[in-house]
Amino acid sequence: MEINLTLIGQLITFAIVVWFTMRFVWPPLMANLDARQLLISNGLAQAAQAATDLEQAHAAAKTMLDEAKAQAQVLLEQTHKRSLVLIDEARSDAQEEGQRMINIAKNEIVRESLAAKESLRHQVASLVVAGATKILGKEINQAANQQLLDDVINQQL
Amino acid sequence: MLSFVSISDASTYVQHHLNHWQWNVITGQFNGDAGFWTANLDSMIVSLFAAVLYMGFFGWVASHIKTGVPGKVQNSVEMVLNFVQKLVVESFHGKSKLIAPLALTIFIWVFLMNLMDLLPVDFLPETLALFGVSHFRSVPTADPNITFGMSLWVFVLLIYYNFKAKGVFGLGREMLTKPFGKWLFPLNIAFRLLEDCVKPVSLSLRLFGNMFAGELIFILIALVPWYVQWTVGGVWAIFHILIITLQAFIFMMLTIVYLSMAQDTH
Repeated sequence: MEINLTLIGQLITFAIVVWFTMRFVWPPLMANLDARQLLISNGLAQAAQAATDLEQAHAAAKTMLDEAKAQAQVLLEQTHKRSLVLIDEARSDAQEEGQRMINIAKNEIVRESLAAKESLRHQVASLVVAGATKILGKEINQAANQQLLDDVINQQL
Repeated sequence: MLSFVSISDASTYVQHHLNHWQWNVITGQFNGDAGFWTANLDSMIVSLFAAVLYMGFFGWVASHIKTGVPGKVQNSVEMVLNFVQKLVVESFHGKSKLIAPLALTIFIWVFLMNLMDLLPVDFLPETLALFGVSHFRSVPTADPNITFGMSLWVFVLLIYYNFKAKGVFGLGREMLTKPFGKWLFPLNIAFRLLEDCVKPVSLSLRLFGNMFAGELIFILIALVPWYVQWTVGGVWAIFHILIITLQAFIFMMLTIVYLSMAQDTH
C-alpha cells in the first residue's frame, strides 16, 4: 500500500467523470423524468375528466330520454282525447244527418200521401159523378156540383 | 494453472498477484519502484476503462431519451437515477446541482471497478502476460490510490460545503465552541479536525479493505485444486456480488451523508 502518481491520475479522472455526469448525464435524464411525470399526471387527470364527462353525458342522455318519453306520453294522450272528440263529432254528425234524412223521408211521405189523397179525391169525384150519371141516367155537371162533391169526399176521406 | 502447490510456490503466486503493473515516470521504465513518481498502470487503465464504460453507456442513454414509453435500457438507467435521486433528496438537506450527479458517478463507477473482482483472478494477468505485461491487478478499488483519489474529492467538497453553508466566521465559531463550549476550544478544534479528517480516510480505507480482502481470498481460492475451486470459489463469488454492490452503495451513501452534515450545523 503506497501512495503514488496513480492518486493524481484518479483525482483528475474523478473530476472529469463527475463533470461529465453533471453536464451530460444527469440533467437530460432528470428533465426527461420530470417531463414524463408531468405527462403521466396530465394523462391521469384527463382520464379522470373523461370519466366525469362520460358520466355527465350518460346523465344528460338519460334526462333527454326521459323527457322524450314524457312528451310521447303527452302526445299519445292528446291524440287519444282528440280521437275521442272526433269520434263524438262524427257520431253526432251522423245522427244529425240521419235525422235530416228521416225528416226528408217523412216530408216526402206526407207530400206523397197528400198527392195520393188529392189524386184519389179527383178519381173518387169522377167515380162518384160517373156512378151517379149511370144511376140517374143523365149527365151531371161536375163543375156545378163540385162543391158538393168536395164536401162529401172530404167527409169520407 | 496451479493445482497442488508447495508453500513457497503459493507464496510466490500470491506475492506475484499483489504486485502492480507499474511505470517509473523518472526512468520511463516498466519496472522498479520510484516512490511517489510511480504510476500503477493497471489500476489507472481499468479505472479509466470503467469510467469510459460508465460515461459511454449513460451518456448514450441520456442522448437518446424518449419522453414517452421508455425502452428497457432507458428504463433501467432511469431506475438507477430515481434510486440515487431519492437517496439524495432524503439524506441531503439543501439544494445542490452537484450532489446527485456525484452520488450517481460514485455508485456506478465504483460498482464497475468492483465488478472486475468477479473476473477470474488469473484471467487478465495471464492474458496480458502474453503481451509482455509482467504484473496486473485487475481490481482498481483494491488500490488505495484509487479509493483515496475519490475520497479526497469528497474531503474537498466537505470543506467547501462547510464554508458555503456557514461562512468563515460561522465555521470558525462552530469549530471553537462545539461540542464542549468556548472554554475548551483547543479540545474542540482537535476533535473537529480529527472528525473531518477521519471521514475521507475511513471512506477510502473501507472500500480498499473490502476489495483487497476479497481479491486476496480469490487469489487464495485459486490455490486450491481445480476440482474443489467451484465450491469455495462459487460461494465467495456469489457473496461477493453482494459485497461489491454494497460497498459501492456505502461509498455513495456516506458521501451524501458527510456532505449533508457539512451543511448542517452541529
